Amino acid sequence: MSLLKIDHITKNFGGLAAVSNVSLTVEEGELVGLIGPNGAGKTTLFNVLTGVYTPSEGKVLLNKNGKEIELNKLPPYKITHQGVARTFQNIRLFKELSVLENVKIAMNEDVQYGLFGALTRIGKFFKSEADIDFRAHEFLKKVYLDDLAYAQAKNLPYGKQRQLEIARAMATGAKLLFLDEPAAGMNPHETSALTDFIAKIRLEMDLTIVLIEHDMSLVMKICERIFVLDYGKLIAQGTADEVKNNPKVIEAYLGEEE
Amino acid sequence: MKNVLNRKNIISVIILVTIFFVFNYLISNRIITPYYRTVIYWVGIYIILGLGLNIIIGITGQLSLGHAGFMSLGAYSAAIILATNPTLTGLFIGMGVGILISLAVSFVVAMPTLRLKGDYLAIATLGVGEIIRIIILSMKITNGASGISNIKMLMTWPLIFSFVVLAMFLSINFKKSAIGRACISIKEDEIAAEAMGINTTKYKVIAFMFGAVLASVAGSLFAVTYYVVKPESFGVNTSINILIIVVFGGLGSLSGTIIATFFIGFVNMMLQPYAEMRMILYALVLIIVMIFRPQGLMGSKEVALNVFPDFKKLFKFRKEKKA
Amino acid sequence: MSQFLQQVINGLSIGSVYALIALGYTMVYGIIKLINFAHGDIFMFGTYVGMLSITVLHLPFPIAFIVAMAVTALLGVIIERVAYKPLRKSTKTAALITAIGVSFLIQNSVLAVMGANIDAFPQVIENRYYDFLGVRVNLIQMIIFFTSISLMFILQFIVRKTKLGRAMRSVAVDKDASALMGVNVDNTITITFAIGSALAAAAGIMVGLYYIKVYPFMGFAPGLKAFVAAVFGGIGIIPGAMIGGFSIGLIETMVAGYGSTLYKDAVVYGILILILLVKPSGLLGKNVKEKV
Repeated sequence: MSLLKIDHITKNFGGLAAVSNVSLTVEEGELVGLIGPNGAGKTTLFNVLTGVYTPSEGKVLLNKNGKEIELNKLPPYKITHQGVARTFQNIRLFKELSVLENVKIAMNEDVQYGLFGALTRIGKFFKSEADIDFRAHEFLKKVYLDDLAYAQAKNLPYGKQRQLEIARAMATGAKLLFLDEPAAGMNPHETSALTDFIAKIRLEMDLTIVLIEHDMSLVMKICERIFVLDYGKLIAQGTADEVKNNPKVIEAYLGEEE
Repeated sequence: MKNVLNRKNIISVIILVTIFFVFNYLISNRIITPYYRTVIYWVGIYIILGLGLNIIIGITGQLSLGHAGFMSLGAYSAAIILATNPTLTGLFIGMGVGILISLAVSFVVAMPTLRLKGDYLAIATLGVGEIIRIIILSMKITNGASGISNIKMLMTWPLIFSFVVLAMFLSINFKKSAIGRACISIKEDEIAAEAMGINTTKYKVIAFMFGAVLASVAGSLFAVTYYVVKPESFGVNTSINILIIVVFGGLGSLSGTIIATFFIGFVNMMLQPYAEMRMILYALVLIIVMIFRPQGLMGSKEVALNVFPDFKKLFKFRKEKKA
Repeated sequence: MSQFLQQVINGLSIGSVYALIALGYTMVYGIIKLINFAHGDIFMFGTYVGMLSITVLHLPFPIAFIVAMAVTALLGVIIERVAYKPLRKSTKTAALITAIGVSFLIQNSVLAVMGANIDAFPQVIENRYYDFLGVRVNLIQMIIFFTSISLMFILQFIVRKTKLGRAMRSVAVDKDASALMGVNVDNTITITFAIGSALAAAAGIMVGLYYIKVYPFMGFAPGLKAFVAAVFGGIGIIPGAMIGGFSIGLIETMVAGYGSTLYKDAVVYGILILILLVKPSGLLGKNVKEKV
């Protein structure tokens, strides 16, 4: 069974179908790209998948250890608990907090104490805090951000902010990551570093990754399969070469350039 | 245990103990007169109110304008119980009853209203505070508009000191825990917090109830300080007064709230003969702070006790010099 | 039945006052997405200006009416320029807190100048009663109702048929696009405040005529109830404020008439919470979701 099954998802806003009857599957361990011209409905689809929007029609099914879980019925935070996390098109870091704190918040579910423990600090409080602290630093080391652990998130250079967002999503313990335009605003050098980074974490952390991107160098280089959306519909899917030469895809992009 | 016995905590304890004994001496020997004593009690009560409100607004980002409503629940509970049991025990029972009622009411209120955002939440909580006040106004047991008087004035320095320290302890622990972090993330970016697995509704409700309980405790202490409780003491004006202190000290800074309460208590004292001028001044403070320095005195940062020298390092240096 | 009709008459006349105040809330919210917390106090200010124009300046009633509207409009403009404009780029919380500060400032300034006593609004219009179909209508109620309706028609005309109205509507939809189209956004916002404040002053004078009592904190309850009215009808939507105003007026009067006067305010506030939970966009509003 596939890890993720997107089953005839439609999302309407008023009279407009932002996403129209999209069905696709993602296998465990895959690195998949979602592309399409601006306004094609890519981020809307992500929002449906992560619970920010409820689909007008269709289902989103996650395979958790053999069990099929309907994600479209869950609120965003519960979807995250199922091992699904995301980054945002416009970076949504906790700006006033430190880099380390941003990561710690993603690990909130792993905390071993409740309100009583927090208020009195009796019991597992100190051990749990030390544990979270240690693991948060470990995550930061993986993204080469540990030396900036105590810097305020808003003071980070743009490229590092994007990396922090990815690290934060990883820190939730998610096995399925949705990255929304992770290379947006990056120069070719940064994009290349990010591309290698995504490939690396996918292997090291055993992740499944779906990413939205406009930067074709990134997409063509690392995505094993690519899905193409246009006007909310899935118009093509396949490997990089298949999609590159697909006449419908070319028309969608060229048509936009007019 | 060794986590607790660090330098910062030991210094804090020394400071608190010193403050306690100094003031205890000054008050019991009448060096601080009853008038100033009441000012100190006022400061203590408002510190507790401010800390609770700061957890709700400054740390979790939920603009609640009905805080005085919960204060009244504690005040009236205490007043009613003390009428038949005018002892310290009576106060604690009354306080306990107030806490239970506040927990119930804040839960019932919070669950639906915390789904609202920004302005709407503010007005809804305002409405809630007013509804509580109107209900109290119309009940027989609370004696309607006349309120309850002749409450035994049980307030003492040790009593207010203990509760202020307790409130500080609980608030700081709240903020510097995973729960506090979750709340702050909600204030920073609620959508991102949800995406990171935070059950935002749960934490908003927890923060709201926490603040309500502190307000209720402050209300009970108010009852035994001021001898009379009336509905008009717990209206929008009071909620706004607390808001002014919290904003001035810095939304999100607990030490800011404490400093601001002392400051405002002091200014209140100085401006006693010019009562209306005082309120105009505070209104202006609110506006000016919001326009020019919206982070208030301390922003969301806390006073660092690292200002005290590291004694260990001092000794090391000395040893090296000798050699 | 005549009891019921009587309540309807009473409800409509207080409702028209709420509608006038609600219009100010809704126009300001529509254009800058801010709940002008101080609006109720602007209403109170208008009452005082009207009262003083008659008692101190000895102006005839119609002139005093216009003077009050003009002076209060000026107050609205000053508040907007000094306190709200600097915060247009700040968080909603900061803007709301500032508005609270302004409200507090107006209340306590009036308190300092006029004292805490309840003043009496000069009864310049001799109240007369007309018995009509078993219902008693008094002259002042009729004046309130017809003045309010006239002002609302004038407002609708301005909003729908004039260049200014077009500007107001476009800024409410998209501030930046309007600026790019040549609309002077700042002035449009200021004028919106001026109009809203003038309407509040009109409402204030009529409340003074009808209820007679004038005191510094008189703006709080009507202000809050008018806000409920604005939300009820759909915040940001002008016809919504009118419908909301009359509805809340009727509901309040019915509760007071058939239930208890003590609880009428609580019921209105309860309605507020209910609407915000069930349909925050109000009767005429549409749901708009935040873009992620």
